[in-house]
Amino acid sequence: MTTITTSINPALARRLRIGYGVVLLAVGLFIYLVLGLNTQAGLQTTYGINLVGSHAVPVPDLVVPAQLTINLMAAIAVFVGAFQLARGIKSTGALVGVIALTFVVAFLTWAAQGKSFNLTGMISSSLVRATPIALAALCGVIGDRSGVINIGIEGIMLIAAQAAVVAASVSNNLYVGLIFALLVGGLVAAAHAYLVISFKVDQTVSGVAINIFGAGLTSFLGSRFLEKNTDVLNNSGVFPTISIPLLDRIPVLGPMLFENNIIIYLMMILVVVMHIVLFYTPWGLRTRAVGEHPKAADTLGINVYFVRYVNVILGGMIAGLGGAYFTIGSVGRFDELMTAGKGFIGLAAMIFGKWTPIGAFASSLIFGFADSLQVKLQILRVPIPTEFLLMAPYIVTMIILTGVVGRAIPPAADGQPYEK
Amino acid sequence: MTDTTSSKTKAPEGIGGGSWREALRVPALAVLTGLILGGIAIMVSGSNVFAAYGALFVGAFGDPVRFFNGFQQLFTTGETAGLLRAIYPFTESLVTATPYIFAGLAVALGFRCGLFNIGAEGQLLIGALCSAFVGYSIKGLPAIIHLPLAILAGAAGGAVWGMIPGYLKARFGAHEVVNTIMMNWIAFRLSDWLLNGPMKASGFRPVTPNVEATAELPRFFPDPIRLNWGFILALVMAYALYWFLFKTTLGFEIRSVGANPDAAKYAGMNIIRNFVLVMALSGGLAGMAGSAQVLGVDHWVGAGFSAGYGFDAIALALLGKSHPAGVVVAALLFGFLRSGATRMQSIAGVPIDIISIIQGLVIIFIAAPGIIRWLYRLKNVKVEETVLTRGWG
Repeated sequence: MTTITTSINPALARRLRIGYGVVLLAVGLFIYLVLGLNTQAGLQTTYGINLVGSHAVPVPDLVVPAQLTINLMAAIAVFVGAFQLARGIKSTGALVGVIALTFVVAFLTWAAQGKSFNLTGMISSSLVRATPIALAALCGVIGDRSGVINIGIEGIMLIAAQAAVVAASVSNNLYVGLIFALLVGGLVAAAHAYLVISFKVDQTVSGVAINIFGAGLTSFLGSRFLEKNTDVLNNSGVFPTISIPLLDRIPVLGPMLFENNIIIYLMMILVVVMHIVLFYTPWGLRTRAVGEHPKAADTLGINVYFVRYVNVILGGMIAGLGGAYFTIGSVGRFDELMTAGKGFIGLAAMIFGKWTPIGAFASSLIFGFADSLQVKLQILRVPIPTEFLLMAPYIVTMIILTGVVGRAIPPAADGQPYEK
Repeated sequence: MTDTTSSKTKAPEGIGGGSWREALRVPALAVLTGLILGGIAIMVSGSNVFAAYGALFVGAFGDPVRFFNGFQQLFTTGETAGLLRAIYPFTESLVTATPYIFAGLAVALGFRCGLFNIGAEGQLLIGALCSAFVGYSIKGLPAIIHLPLAILAGAAGGAVWGMIPGYLKARFGAHEVVNTIMMNWIAFRLSDWLLNGPMKASGFRPVTPNVEATAELPRFFPDPIRLNWGFILALVMAYALYWFLFKTTLGFEIRSVGANPDAAKYAGMNIIRNFVLVMALSGGLAGMAGSAQVLGVDHWVGAGFSAGYGFDAIALALLGKSHPAGVVVAALLFGFLRSGATRMQSIAGVPIDIISIIQGLVIIFIAAPGIIRWLYRLKNVKVEETVLTRGWG
């Protein structure tokens, strides 16, 4: 693998500084010229805070004057841009944050002018939509950290999604479905591990094979069996929402974090657990050592193959959980190719999150937000074709991969088979 | 079997060392194993394997009885209708193989330069849309100008779609696998929009208008046989790619970058230019797959136009060891499989998706020749391996 030099070369740093400044100014101008001038004076945008059916304590809605808010956002973007050009701001994260925040707030205010827009609803649906992406990303993190790339997450999720719904429908027990999803995910990942660790197959090729195989297998089984026996095999129902007493009464945060189904809770727990395991336990240290410098790890008596096997299989189980979300976690039935590229977006989230569990989760939230935003905008009848809104997450992924948000460096031995 | 290669059986350059026999053995056994496992899957799912594979064979090559009757009719009455009916399944297989050849070449070219182009699917779709647009919007041109123009438009569209990930890879080190997949989804959404809006023909269905007759690739036989010049064009492109890769300096550079980028860089080769060039050419080839399909077969583009050709192409490139000749053979094989599977689905009730399962297995077996060697107790021969991908960077 060609390592990327991240030397802070002054010319590049200067170009980056000017680049960000110009982008900020452009965003500010865009907000003012395109959104601000197209907003009717005197209209207000109502941001709903209360969710129907939620346990949260009701609070008054947030009502803002549309044009003023938009112009304020434009002013912030221009001001930060000018400051950046003149003095420079160290944190690229903050710059990207300002760009995203001003643009999104201005855009939403413009889109919902004279209407009401449920903010809490969108934030909590962002988390829901981020769940499969985050689980895919966590699967990627745990594998890559030990040096094994898994591009087959999409295929694993598809197979697990189908296994979950069939097991749950047949047994009439959603937890049986969940366990099957974990087992099947782990099993497919074990096959990947066997191929790439023991047989030293090209990791990307193996992943692609899993994707093609998974798409074929699930479609085959779907049209051969599930279509004809929908009631028996493909009708599981979904996990109920579990409200956590007291905590669910908090406005905004309550509906978002504490009124979810078990898969979403498990995802959030996994993020924390994986962060602790990866960075504060001997096993995590070993995993990272194997991913960075397997030879050194081997010399110190760590069984490289064992560590990689365990991590890839655990990753497969996490992806299996992500697959279960698609069926028993959200719609209760299996549709052909229902994962729709979420596995790949998860990989992008992993890279964006710089191979850390918390970073991966945060970037998944961004994708989830983009996803739910697109749905809301369709409801608000924004005069942009929905197809273009649907493209947004993919374009965002590509922009992220270019590394404009700071270079992401993969584990040094990522993607390379280890030979003793 | 010994590995002594006489000059007579020496495989052409780039096939992966050794003799023809050596080069073909693992892929052939991989396909065989895939078919056997697929047969087991058919059996387990409760269908008759022999009926299924029999229908697959007849669907791919045609019914021998019909061939016999057709020839008899031709010789006794001079009537060709019977024979034309008999060759129909065979020509359909070649029609199916045509986009496979183009798309397989696209992915194979990428592999030669160490780039994994999963975006053939999107590039193909964009190519088809561009060709269709030129095909139906320009009227009154003579065929000799209109047809090449339409094909070039498809190639150019695909090339642009491939070049973007190529540039991002070369300039920013963004992984081409993820980016080409993203470009696929963008292409799908774009085509949804185009087919429902700017490019929609009058009527309810989201399809483009038919291309002008001057932009159609001529067919060899009367309807319903759809075999056309696209197939010949595909074979010509395969030869052209062989010549380009193995007989030109640029081709050598591309293969050097693929084999060892660091060494190529030391030798003064421009890695960035090669990445962009290869992805553009690769996308162009994939775009031509779309052109050939639109201009030769369908004459319009509708939703779900690209039926997974781009993903099958990966299997083809691996199966053909990234060599143009190998890709053509593999594409013909897949053409027969896919075309036959349609009949298998209608006669034996086995879903066509079984072919994807077989493909996934074949890719794994090709990528892990150790499994095949172990299964068939083959001697372990040292074969020059093409490096396929390199991590995330």
